[in-house]
Amino acid sequence: MATRVGMEVSIAAAEAVKQANVDVIAAYPITPQTHIVEHLSEVVNNGELDAEFIPVESEHSAMSVCTGSSAAGARSFTCTSSQGLALMSEIVYITSSLRLPILMLLANRSLSGPLSIWNDHTDVMSIRDCGWIQVFVENGQEVYDHVFIGYRVAEDRNVLLPFMVNLDGFVLTHVIEPIEFLDQEIVDRYLPPYQPKYSLHPDHPVTMGAFATPALYTETKKAQTESLTEAMPYVLKAWQEFGDMTGRYYHPVETYKTEGAKVVLVTQGSLSETATLAIDSLQGAGEPVGLVKIRLWRPFPFEEFKEAVAGADLVVVMDRAISYGGPGGPLASEIRSALYAQEKRPRIVNFIAGIAGRDVAPEDFVHMIQQAQERPGEWYELYGVRE
Amino acid sequence: MAKPEHEITWKELNVGCVIDEPGNAAAYRTGDWRSQRPVYNKDRCIRCGTCYIFCPDMAIKILADGYIEHDLYYCKGCGICVEECPTDAITMVDEEE
Ligand code: SF4
Ligand code: SF4
Repeated sequence: MATRVGMEVSIAAAEAVKQANVDVIAAYPITPQTHIVEHLSEVVNNGELDAEFIPVESEHSAMSVCTGSSAAGARSFTCTSSQGLALMSEIVYITSSLRLPILMLLANRSLSGPLSIWNDHTDVMSIRDCGWIQVFVENGQEVYDHVFIGYRVAEDRNVLLPFMVNLDGFVLTHVIEPIEFLDQEIVDRYLPPYQPKYSLHPDHPVTMGAFATPALYTETKKAQTESLTEAMPYVLKAWQEFGDMTGRYYHPVETYKTEGAKVVLVTQGSLSETATLAIDSLQGAGEPVGLVKIRLWRPFPFEEFKEAVAGADLVVVMDRAISYGGPGGPLASEIRSALYAQEKRPRIVNFIAGIAGRDVAPEDFVHMIQQAQERPGEWYELYGVRE
Repeated sequence: MAKPEHEITWKELNVGCVIDEPGNAAAYRTGDWRSQRPVYNKDRCIRCGTCYIFCPDMAIKILADGYIEHDLYYCKGCGICVEECPTDAITMVDEEE
Protein backbone atom coordinates (compact mmCIF):
# COMPACT_ATOMS: atom_id res chain seq x y z
CA MET A 1 0.00 0.00 0.00
CA ALA A 2 1.07 3.52 -0.71
CA THR A 3 2.13 5.35 2.42
CA ARG A 4 1.52 9.02 3.17
CA VAL A 5 4.37 10.85 4.90
CA GLY A 6 4.90 14.44 5.99
CA MET A 7 8.21 15.44 4.44
CA GLU A 8 10.16 18.39 3.06
CA VAL A 9 9.54 18.49 -0.69
CA SER A 10 13.28 18.47 -1.51
CA ILE A 11 13.76 15.30 0.50
CA ALA A 12 10.74 13.67 -1.14
CA ALA A 13 12.17 14.61 -4.54
CA ALA A 14 15.49 12.98 -3.64
CA GLU A 15 13.67 9.90 -2.36
CA ALA A 16 11.90 9.67 -5.72
CA VAL A 17 15.25 9.82 -7.50
CA LYS A 18 16.39 6.99 -5.26
CA GLN A 19 13.27 4.95 -6.06
CA ALA A 20 13.81 5.64 -9.76
CA ASN A 21 17.07 3.75 -9.26
CA VAL A 22 19.27 6.19 -11.14
CA ASP A 23 22.79 5.15 -12.06
CA VAL A 24 24.57 8.51 -12.06
CA ILE A 25 23.97 11.71 -10.12
CA ALA A 26 26.13 14.70 -11.00
CA ALA A 27 25.18 17.97 -9.34
CA TYR A 28 26.60 21.04 -7.71
CA PRO A 29 24.78 22.46 -4.70
CA ILE A 30 23.07 25.80 -5.18
CA THR A 31 20.33 27.52 -3.20
CA PRO A 32 17.45 26.59 -3.19
CA GLN A 33 18.16 23.19 -4.75
CA THR A 34 20.73 22.21 -2.08
CA HIS A 35 18.64 19.86 0.05
CA ILE A 36 17.90 17.62 -2.92
CA VAL A 37 21.59 17.09 -3.69
CA GLU A 38 22.56 16.78 -0.03
CA HIS A 39 20.01 14.08 0.57
CA LEU A 40 21.05 12.20 -2.54
CA SER A 41 24.69 12.25 -1.46
CA GLU A 42 23.55 10.70 1.82
CA VAL A 43 21.49 7.93 0.27
CA VAL A 44 24.36 7.01 -2.03
CA ASN A 45 26.91 7.20 0.77
CA ASN A 46 24.92 5.01 3.15
CA GLY A 47 24.29 2.40 0.49
CA GLU A 48 20.55 2.94 0.02
CA LEU A 49 21.13 3.68 -3.66
CA ASP A 50 23.73 1.97 -5.81
CA ALA A 51 24.73 4.90 -7.98
CA GLU A 52 27.74 7.01 -8.85
CA PHE A 53 27.46 10.34 -7.05
CA ILE A 54 29.83 12.70 -8.80
CA PRO A 55 30.51 15.90 -6.83
CA VAL A 56 31.43 18.05 -9.80
CA GLU A 57 33.15 21.43 -9.61
CA SER A 58 30.45 23.35 -11.49
CA GLU A 59 27.05 23.02 -13.10
CA HIS A 60 28.69 23.07 -16.51
CA SER A 61 30.44 19.88 -15.45
CA ALA A 62 27.26 18.48 -13.90
CA MET A 63 25.46 18.57 -17.22
CA SER A 64 28.58 17.43 -19.07
CA VAL A 65 28.89 14.39 -16.80
CA CYS A 66 25.21 13.56 -17.22
CA THR A 67 25.56 13.88 -20.98
CA GLY A 68 28.45 11.44 -20.98
CA SER A 69 26.87 8.98 -18.59
CA SER A 70 23.53 9.07 -20.39
CA ALA A 71 25.35 8.52 -23.68
CA ALA A 72 26.88 5.43 -22.09
CA GLY A 73 23.39 4.18 -21.24
CA ALA A 74 23.17 5.19 -17.57
CA ARG A 75 20.00 6.66 -16.07
CA SER A 76 21.35 10.10 -15.15
CA PHE A 77 20.10 12.84 -12.87
CA THR A 78 20.96 16.40 -12.03
CA CYS A 79 19.27 19.38 -10.49
CA THR A 80 20.08 23.07 -10.24
CA SER A 81 18.73 26.62 -9.97
CA SER A 82 19.23 30.04 -11.50
CA GLN A 83 22.95 30.82 -11.99
CA GLY A 84 23.68 27.11 -12.05
CA LEU A 85 21.36 26.68 -15.00
CA ALA A 86 22.92 29.68 -16.71
CA LEU A 87 26.35 28.15 -16.28
CA MET A 88 25.30 24.74 -17.59
CA SER A 89 23.20 26.13 -20.41
CA GLU A 90 25.78 25.42 -23.11
CA ILE A 91 25.47 21.70 -22.44
CA VAL A 92 21.70 21.79 -21.83
CA TYR A 93 21.21 22.50 -25.53
CA ILE A 94 23.64 19.76 -26.56
CA THR A 95 21.89 17.15 -24.43
CA SER A 96 18.61 17.59 -26.25
CA SER A 97 20.26 17.59 -29.66
CA LEU A 98 21.91 14.29 -28.72
CA ARG A 99 18.47 13.04 -27.59
CA LEU A 100 19.68 11.90 -24.16
CA PRO A 101 16.95 11.13 -21.59
CA ILE A 102 18.40 12.97 -18.59
CA LEU A 103 16.07 14.17 -15.85
CA MET A 104 16.68 17.57 -14.28
CA LEU A 105 14.80 19.14 -11.41
CA LEU A 106 15.02 22.89 -11.68
CA ALA A 107 14.32 24.62 -8.37
CA ASN A 108 13.24 27.90 -9.95
CA ARG A 109 15.04 31.00 -8.73
CA SER A 110 15.54 34.42 -10.24
CA LEU A 111 18.65 35.15 -12.28
CA SER A 112 21.15 37.76 -11.10
CA GLY A 113 21.40 40.70 -10.99
CA PRO A 114 20.78 42.07 -8.54
CA LEU A 115 21.76 38.92 -6.75
CA SER A 116 18.64 37.18 -5.51
CA ILE A 117 18.10 33.70 -4.17
CA TRP A 118 14.31 33.90 -4.28
CA ASN A 119 11.77 32.30 -6.52
CA ASP A 120 10.51 33.26 -9.95
CA HIS A 121 10.75 31.75 -13.44
CA THR A 122 13.49 33.83 -15.03
CA ASP A 123 15.90 30.90 -14.97
CA VAL A 124 13.79 28.46 -16.98
CA MET A 125 12.58 31.14 -19.37
CA SER A 126 16.19 31.96 -20.23
CA ILE A 127 16.53 28.50 -21.81
CA ARG A 128 12.97 28.14 -23.07
CA ASP A 129 14.22 27.02 -26.48
CA CYS A 130 16.69 24.42 -25.25
CA GLY A 131 14.72 21.52 -26.74
CA TRP A 132 13.90 19.74 -23.47
CA ILE A 133 10.47 18.57 -22.44
CA GLN A 134 9.52 21.08 -19.73
CA VAL A 135 6.78 20.76 -17.12
CA PHE A 136 5.73 22.88 -14.17
CA VAL A 137 4.51 21.36 -10.93
CA GLU A 138 2.44 22.87 -8.15
CA ASN A 139 3.10 20.88 -5.02
CA GLY A 140 5.32 18.25 -3.45
CA GLN A 141 3.30 15.30 -4.63
CA GLU A 142 3.58 16.50 -8.20
CA VAL A 143 7.36 16.82 -7.84
CA TYR A 144 7.63 13.28 -6.47
CA ASP A 145 5.38 11.86 -9.20
CA HIS A 146 7.17 13.66 -12.02
CA VAL A 147 10.51 12.06 -11.28
CA PHE A 148 9.01 8.73 -12.41
CA ILE A 149 6.86 10.26 -15.13
CA GLY A 150 9.85 12.24 -16.39
CA TYR A 151 12.09 9.21 -16.84
CA ARG A 152 9.22 7.18 -18.25
CA VAL A 153 8.62 9.76 -20.99
CA ALA A 154 12.26 10.64 -21.59
CA GLU A 155 13.40 7.04 -22.02
CA ASP A 156 10.49 6.03 -24.25
CA ARG A 157 12.07 4.88 -27.53
CA ASN A 158 9.59 7.08 -29.35
CA VAL A 159 10.73 10.13 -27.40
CA LEU A 160 14.37 9.99 -26.22
CA LEU A 161 14.56 13.56 -24.99
CA PRO A 162 15.71 15.15 -21.72
CA PHE A 163 13.00 16.12 -19.26
CA MET A 164 12.96 19.15 -16.98
CA VAL A 165 10.68 19.51 -13.98
CA ASN A 166 10.20 23.07 -12.77
CA LEU A 167 9.46 23.43 -9.08
CA ASP A 168 9.38 26.77 -7.33
CA GLY A 169 12.35 27.43 -5.08
CA PHE A 170 11.69 27.76 -1.33
CA VAL A 171 7.89 28.02 -1.57
CA LEU A 172 7.97 24.45 -2.80
CA THR A 173 11.45 23.05 -2.20
CA HIS A 174 11.58 24.01 1.48
CA VAL A 175 8.06 23.33 2.69
CA ILE A 176 6.86 20.21 4.45
CA GLU A 177 3.93 18.58 2.72
CA PRO A 178 2.10 15.27 2.91
CA ILE A 179 3.52 13.02 0.18
CA GLU A 180 2.03 9.71 -0.85
CA PHE A 181 4.93 7.35 -1.51
CA LEU A 182 4.68 4.62 -4.12
CA ASP A 183 5.65 1.06 -3.34
CA GLN A 184 8.92 0.13 -4.99
CA GLU A 185 7.34 -2.66 -7.04
CA ILE A 186 4.88 -0.19 -8.54
CA VAL A 187 7.72 2.16 -9.45
CA ASP A 188 9.68 -0.72 -10.97
CA ARG A 189 6.71 -1.77 -13.06
CA TYR A 190 6.04 1.77 -14.28
CA LEU A 191 9.70 2.52 -14.90
CA PRO A 192 11.60 -0.46 -16.32
CA PRO A 193 15.40 -0.21 -16.73
CA TYR A 194 16.61 2.18 -19.41
CA GLN A 195 17.28 0.48 -22.75
CA PRO A 196 19.18 3.00 -24.88
CA LYS A 197 18.79 2.94 -28.64
CA TYR A 198 22.41 3.93 -29.07
CA SER A 199 25.09 3.97 -26.42
CA LEU A 200 28.82 4.42 -26.24
CA HIS A 201 30.29 0.95 -26.07
CA PRO A 202 33.54 -0.39 -27.57
CA ASP A 203 31.74 -3.43 -29.02
CA HIS A 204 29.43 -1.23 -31.10
CA PRO A 205 31.31 2.00 -31.79
CA VAL A 206 29.24 5.03 -32.74
CA THR A 207 29.94 8.74 -33.01
CA MET A 208 27.81 11.13 -30.97
CA GLY A 209 28.05 14.88 -31.29
CA ALA A 210 29.63 15.08 -34.71
CA PHE A 211 29.55 18.37 -36.58
CA ALA A 212 27.08 19.28 -39.29
CA THR A 213 27.84 21.55 -42.20
CA PRO A 214 25.30 24.02 -43.60
CA ALA A 215 24.32 21.26 -46.04
CA LEU A 216 22.92 19.18 -43.16
CA TYR A 217 22.31 21.41 -40.11
CA THR A 218 18.81 22.46 -41.16
CA GLU A 219 17.79 18.81 -41.44
CA THR A 220 19.13 18.10 -37.93
CA LYS A 221 17.07 20.97 -36.51
CA LYS A 222 13.93 19.83 -38.32
CA ALA A 223 14.39 16.36 -36.85
CA GLN A 224 14.92 17.86 -33.40
CA THR A 225 11.88 20.13 -33.36
CA GLU A 226 9.71 17.32 -34.74
CA SER A 227 10.96 15.02 -31.99
CA LEU A 228 9.73 17.46 -29.34
CA THR A 229 6.36 18.06 -30.98
CA GLU A 230 5.91 14.34 -31.55
CA ALA A 231 6.66 13.63 -27.88
CA MET A 232 3.21 14.96 -26.93
CA PRO A 233 1.21 11.70 -27.23
CA TYR A 234 3.84 9.85 -25.20
CA VAL A 235 3.69 12.46 -22.45
CA LEU A 236 -0.09 12.04 -22.40
CA LYS A 237 0.26 8.26 -22.34
CA ALA A 238 2.72 8.33 -19.43
CA TRP A 239 0.40 10.64 -17.48
CA GLN A 240 -2.61 8.44 -18.24
CA GLU A 241 -0.86 5.28 -17.11
CA PHE A 242 0.41 6.99 -13.99
CA GLY A 243 -3.11 8.16 -13.22
CA ASP A 244 -4.55 4.68 -13.74
CA MET A 245 -1.99 3.38 -11.28
CA THR A 246 -2.22 6.06 -8.59
CA GLY A 247 -5.45 7.96 -9.19
CA ARG A 248 -3.43 11.13 -9.79
CA TYR A 249 -4.06 12.28 -13.36
CA TYR A 250 -2.06 15.07 -14.97
CA HIS A 251 -2.83 17.08 -18.10
CA PRO A 252 -0.89 19.53 -20.29
CA VAL A 253 -3.39 22.27 -19.43
CA GLU A 254 -5.47 22.04 -16.27
CA THR A 255 -8.56 24.04 -15.50
CA TYR A 256 -10.21 25.16 -12.30
CA LYS A 257 -13.84 26.25 -12.42
CA THR A 258 -13.67 27.42 -16.03
CA GLU A 259 -17.19 26.28 -16.96
CA GLY A 260 -18.96 29.38 -18.22
CA ALA A 261 -16.01 31.62 -17.31
CA LYS A 262 -15.81 34.87 -19.30
CA VAL A 263 -12.54 35.80 -17.62
CA VAL A 264 -9.70 33.32 -17.38
CA LEU A 265 -6.58 33.70 -15.29
CA VAL A 266 -3.52 31.83 -16.57
CA THR A 267 -0.72 30.71 -14.24
CA GLN A 268 2.21 28.32 -14.03
CA GLY A 269 3.75 26.61 -11.03
CA SER A 270 2.94 26.69 -7.34
CA LEU A 271 1.20 30.09 -7.37
CA SER A 272 -1.61 28.30 -9.18
CA GLU A 273 -2.74 26.91 -5.83
CA THR A 274 -2.94 30.42 -4.38
CA ALA A 275 -4.85 31.55 -7.46
CA THR A 276 -7.59 28.99 -6.81
CA LEU A 277 -8.45 30.87 -3.60
CA ALA A 278 -8.90 34.07 -5.60
CA ILE A 279 -11.13 32.22 -8.08
CA ASP A 280 -13.23 30.87 -5.20
CA SER A 281 -13.77 34.31 -3.72
CA LEU A 282 -14.54 35.94 -7.09
CA GLN A 283 -16.99 33.19 -8.02
CA GLY A 284 -18.54 33.57 -4.58
CA ALA A 285 -19.17 37.20 -5.50
CA GLY A 286 -20.82 36.08 -8.75
CA GLU A 287 -17.89 36.84 -11.08
CA PRO A 288 -17.54 34.39 -14.02
CA VAL A 289 -13.81 33.89 -13.48
CA GLY A 290 -11.88 30.63 -13.93
CA LEU A 291 -8.27 29.47 -13.80
CA VAL A 292 -6.13 27.76 -16.43
CA LYS A 293 -2.79 26.30 -15.41
CA ILE A 294 -0.11 25.51 -17.96
CA ARG A 295 1.61 22.35 -16.79
CA LEU A 296 3.34 21.38 -20.04
CA TRP A 297 5.50 24.23 -21.29
CA ARG A 298 7.34 22.31 -24.03
CA PRO A 299 6.00 20.92 -26.26
CA PHE A 300 3.43 23.71 -25.90
CA PRO A 301 -0.12 22.35 -25.81
CA PHE A 302 -1.68 24.77 -28.32
CA GLU A 303 -4.90 22.81 -28.93
CA GLU A 304 -5.56 22.03 -25.28
CA PHE A 305 -4.96 25.65 -24.37
CA LYS A 306 -7.32 27.02 -27.03
CA GLU A 307 -9.99 24.64 -25.82
CA ALA A 308 -9.49 25.68 -22.19
CA VAL A 309 -10.04 29.39 -22.90
CA ALA A 310 -12.62 28.95 -25.66
CA GLY A 311 -15.43 30.76 -23.84
CA ALA A 312 -13.38 33.65 -22.45
CA ASP A 313 -13.55 37.32 -23.46
CA LEU A 314 -10.62 38.29 -21.27
CA VAL A 315 -7.46 36.29 -20.54
CA VAL A 316 -5.28 37.54 -17.71
CA VAL A 317 -1.82 36.00 -17.87
CA MET A 318 0.49 36.04 -14.90
CA ASP A 319 4.14 35.76 -15.88
CA ARG A 320 7.02 35.28 -13.48
CA ALA A 321 9.71 36.49 -15.84
CA ILE A 322 10.17 39.51 -18.06
CA SER A 323 11.31 39.78 -21.64
CA TYR A 324 13.27 43.03 -21.41
CA GLY A 325 12.36 45.48 -24.10
CA GLY A 326 9.88 42.97 -25.48
CA PRO A 327 6.17 42.28 -25.28
CA GLY A 328 5.95 41.56 -21.52
CA GLY A 329 6.34 38.06 -20.17
CA PRO A 330 7.23 34.91 -22.13
CA LEU A 331 4.05 33.05 -21.15
CA ALA A 332 1.83 35.87 -22.39
CA SER A 333 3.79 36.01 -25.65
CA GLU A 334 3.15 32.34 -26.17
CA ILE A 335 -0.52 32.72 -25.43
CA ARG A 336 -0.93 35.68 -27.75
CA SER A 337 0.60 33.70 -30.58
CA ALA A 338 -1.49 30.64 -29.69
CA LEU A 339 -4.68 32.70 -30.02
CA TYR A 340 -3.69 35.11 -32.78
CA ALA A 341 -5.25 33.15 -35.62
CA GLN A 342 -8.57 32.67 -33.83
CA GLU A 343 -11.49 34.39 -35.47
CA LYS A 344 -12.84 35.46 -32.08
CA ARG A 345 -9.90 36.27 -29.90
CA PRO A 346 -10.12 37.25 -26.22
CA ARG A 347 -8.45 40.41 -24.94
CA ILE A 348 -5.13 39.46 -23.33
CA VAL A 349 -3.69 41.35 -20.38
CA ASN A 350 -0.35 40.43 -18.86
CA PHE A 351 0.93 40.91 -15.32
CA ILE A 352 4.48 40.14 -14.36
CA ALA A 353 4.24 39.29 -10.69
CA GLY A 354 5.98 37.41 -7.93
CA ILE A 355 9.41 38.36 -9.22
CA ALA A 356 12.29 37.23 -6.99
CA GLY A 357 10.04 35.90 -4.28
CA ARG A 358 7.75 38.87 -3.84
CA ASP A 359 4.60 37.50 -2.30
CA VAL A 360 1.47 37.12 -4.41
CA ALA A 361 -1.57 36.67 -2.16
CA PRO A 362 -5.08 35.67 -3.25
CA GLU A 363 -6.12 39.36 -2.96
CA ASP A 364 -3.41 40.24 -5.48
CA PHE A 365 -4.95 37.93 -8.06
CA VAL A 366 -8.34 39.48 -7.38
CA HIS A 367 -6.78 42.90 -7.84
CA MET A 368 -5.08 41.92 -11.11
CA ILE A 369 -8.31 40.58 -12.53
CA GLN A 370 -10.21 43.71 -11.51
CA GLN A 371 -7.57 45.98 -13.04
CA ALA A 372 -7.67 43.98 -16.28
CA GLN A 373 -11.46 44.28 -16.39
CA GLU A 374 -11.44 48.02 -15.74
CA ARG A 375 -8.61 49.16 -18.00
CA PRO A 376 -9.30 48.59 -21.72
CA GLY A 377 -6.79 47.45 -24.33
CA GLU A 378 -3.98 44.95 -24.26
CA TRP A 379 -1.05 45.82 -22.07
CA TYR A 380 1.40 44.46 -19.57
CA GLU A 381 2.74 45.75 -16.31
CA LEU A 382 4.94 44.76 -13.42
CA TYR A 383 2.35 44.15 -10.78
CA GLY A 384 2.73 46.12 -7.57
CA VAL A 385 5.80 48.11 -8.65
CA ARG A 386 6.26 51.33 -6.66
CA GLU A 387 6.00 54.34 -8.96
CA MET B 1 29.81 4.68 -48.37
CA ALA B 2 27.30 7.07 -46.76
CA LYS B 3 24.95 9.18 -48.83
CA PRO B 4 26.36 12.63 -49.63
CA GLU B 5 25.24 14.99 -46.90
CA HIS B 6 23.37 17.36 -49.21
CA GLU B 7 21.06 14.48 -50.17
CA ILE B 8 20.16 13.29 -46.68
CA THR B 9 16.59 14.17 -45.60
CA TRP B 10 15.69 14.94 -41.98
CA LYS B 11 13.81 11.66 -41.67
CA GLU B 12 16.89 9.68 -42.61
CA LEU B 13 18.97 11.01 -39.73
CA ASN B 14 19.55 8.68 -36.81
CA VAL B 15 18.14 9.68 -33.43
CA GLY B 16 20.44 12.38 -32.04
CA CYS B 17 22.36 12.38 -35.34
CA VAL B 18 24.32 9.39 -34.11
CA ILE B 19 26.76 8.07 -36.68
CA ASP B 20 26.74 4.29 -36.61
CA GLU B 21 28.75 3.70 -39.78
CA PRO B 22 32.46 3.64 -38.85
CA GLY B 23 34.79 5.73 -40.97
CA ASN B 24 32.18 7.60 -42.94
CA ALA B 25 34.15 10.82 -42.48
CA ALA B 26 35.99 9.54 -45.56
CA ALA B 27 32.96 10.57 -47.60
CA TYR B 28 33.44 14.20 -46.66
CA ARG B 29 34.96 16.18 -49.53
CA THR B 30 37.41 18.53 -47.79
CA GLY B 31 38.49 19.41 -51.31
CA ASP B 32 35.45 21.72 -51.38
CA TRP B 33 37.30 24.18 -49.15
CA ARG B 34 40.08 24.77 -51.66
CA SER B 35 40.68 28.13 -53.33
CA GLN B 36 44.14 27.16 -54.64
CA ARG B 37 45.40 23.76 -55.70
CA PRO B 38 48.84 22.18 -55.70
CA VAL B 39 50.48 21.45 -59.03
CA TYR B 40 53.17 18.78 -59.04
CA ASN B 41 56.30 18.92 -61.16
CA LYS B 42 57.59 15.37 -61.22
CA ASP B 43 60.90 16.40 -62.81
CA ARG B 44 61.97 18.28 -59.70
CA CYS B 45 60.82 15.61 -57.24
CA ILE B 46 63.53 13.70 -55.36
CA ARG B 47 61.02 11.26 -53.80
CA CYS B 48 61.85 12.28 -50.24
CA GLY B 49 58.25 11.90 -48.99
CA THR B 50 58.33 15.11 -46.92
CA CYS B 51 55.10 16.41 -48.46
CA TYR B 52 53.38 13.12 -47.65
CA ILE B 53 54.41 13.40 -43.99
CA PHE B 54 53.33 17.02 -43.61
CA CYS B 55 50.01 17.00 -45.48
CA PRO B 56 47.38 17.44 -42.73
CA ASP B 57 44.67 15.73 -44.79
CA MET B 58 46.61 12.71 -46.00
CA ALA B 59 45.80 13.96 -49.47
CA ILE B 60 49.13 12.88 -50.85
CA LYS B 61 49.72 9.33 -51.96
CA ILE B 62 53.16 7.83 -52.48
CA LEU B 63 53.12 5.68 -55.58
CA ALA B 64 54.99 2.39 -56.05
CA ASP B 65 57.86 4.16 -57.81
CA GLY B 66 58.24 6.70 -54.96
CA TYR B 67 56.76 9.65 -56.79
CA ILE B 68 53.65 11.26 -55.40
CA GLU B 69 50.10 12.07 -56.39
CA HIS B 70 47.66 14.64 -54.93
CA ASP B 71 44.13 13.49 -54.11
CA LEU B 72 42.06 16.57 -54.88
CA TYR B 73 38.93 15.04 -53.29
CA TYR B 74 40.57 15.71 -49.93
CA CYS B 75 43.27 18.34 -50.59
CA LYS B 76 41.98 21.54 -49.04
CA GLY B 77 44.63 23.74 -50.56
CA CYS B 78 46.55 24.76 -47.45
CA GLY B 79 49.89 24.93 -49.28
CA ILE B 80 51.86 23.15 -46.58
CA CYS B 81 53.28 20.64 -49.09
CA VAL B 82 54.55 23.56 -51.17
CA GLU B 83 56.16 25.14 -48.13
CA GLU B 84 57.84 21.89 -47.04
CA CYS B 85 59.05 20.51 -50.37
CA PRO B 86 62.86 20.96 -50.44
CA THR B 87 63.07 21.15 -54.24
CA ASP B 88 60.10 23.38 -55.05
CA ALA B 89 58.47 20.50 -56.92
CA ILE B 90 55.00 21.72 -55.94
CA THR B 91 53.46 25.12 -56.61
CA MET B 92 50.01 26.54 -55.87
CA VAL B 93 47.72 27.85 -58.59
CA ASP B 94 44.32 29.49 -58.21
CA GLU B 95 41.40 27.10 -58.57
CA GLU B 96 40.01 29.07 -61.53
CA GLU B 97 43.21 28.51 -63.53
S1 SF4 C 1 47.87 21.72 -50.28
FE1 SF4 C 1 47.68 21.06 -48.15
S2 SF4 C 1 46.04 19.60 -48.22
FE2 SF4 C 1 46.66 19.87 -50.32
S3 SF4 C 1 48.12 18.25 -50.65
FE3 SF4 C 1 49.29 20.05 -50.03
S4 SF4 C 1 49.51 19.83 -47.83
FE4 SF4 C 1 47.90 18.42 -48.45
S1 SF4 D 1 58.43 16.98 -50.72
FE1 SF4 D 1 58.81 17.57 -52.83
S2 SF4 D 1 60.53 16.36 -53.38
FE2 SF4 D 1 59.76 15.43 -51.55
S3 SF4 D 1 58.34 13.86 -52.30
FE3 SF4 D 1 57.14 15.68 -52.01
S4 SF4 D 1 57.15 16.67 -54.00
FE4 SF4 D 1 58.76 15.19 -54.02
